Amino acid sequence: MTQKEIREKIKDKTIGIAGCGGLGSNAAISLARIGILKFVLVDFDCIDESNLNRQYYFRDQIGIKKVEALSDNMLKIDCNIQIEAHDLKIQSSEVKTIFGKCDIIIEAFDKSDAKTMLIETVMEHLPDIPLIIGNGMAGFGGFDQLKILQWAENVFVCGDGFSEIGEEMPPLGPRVAIVANMQANLALELLLK
Amino acid sequence: MKIILNNRFEEIEATELTVNELINYKNFSFRMLVTKVNGQLVKKVERDNILVRDGDTVEVLHLISGG
Repeated sequence: MTQKEIREKIKDKTIGIAGCGGLGSNAAISLARIGILKFVLVDFDCIDESNLNRQYYFRDQIGIKKVEALSDNMLKIDCNIQIEAHDLKIQSSEVKTIFGKCDIIIEAFDKSDAKTMLIETVMEHLPDIPLIIGNGMAGFGGFDQLKILQWAENVFVCGDGFSEIGEEMPPLGPRVAIVANMQANLALELLLK
Repeated sequence: MKIILNNRFEEIEATELTVNELINYKNFSFRMLVTKVNGQLVKKVERDNILVRDGDTVEVLHLISGG
């Protein structure tokens, strides 16, 4: 498939990004580069200096809302991108309204309880929308442990499944971006099927 | 009962267990889980009510913080 054919096929697709941290910001940027033009971004946080080791933001964006800064960064890549940005901590009852129009949802939350909520809600209320989750990407190395598995009809899991973030296991740019791009790559593959 | 748990055969010393009892029986220590029985989602709030019986297929996904 040529680049032109790929762009033509995905130009009307909408990608939901649930969480705009390490996974969400990197996945969104990759998808913006290849011609996705519609995004729904959800995050409640502002950029902190500690985020710059892995998240697609810059020093002059510290203190700004992540959904706002990520929108700016994506528009610098392609000014035709349309972004619906939600600056909020999404609740289960809001998932259907906010992500219901998406062709694919990328789960990129930090906290495991938010991941659980989104999986249960999407499986119950949006069973026809593929949900691609990131699960286990802290630390470094372990390249061959990063996998993609289909856990349910519409739920795909990227990551190693066990590397939890902690004091001795920080989230770091290379491994986080690998998993973010596994998610973006799978999203593209599903859209082109 | 004999069940399939995360793609493996398991022999459990009980005739039936709720999903939560099975999680405790297996000592699954991760706090955040998503569960399916015979392909159907069993939400966290349903785990005390849904029973696992002989021949069932159970899938447990552990959710890891980080993203």
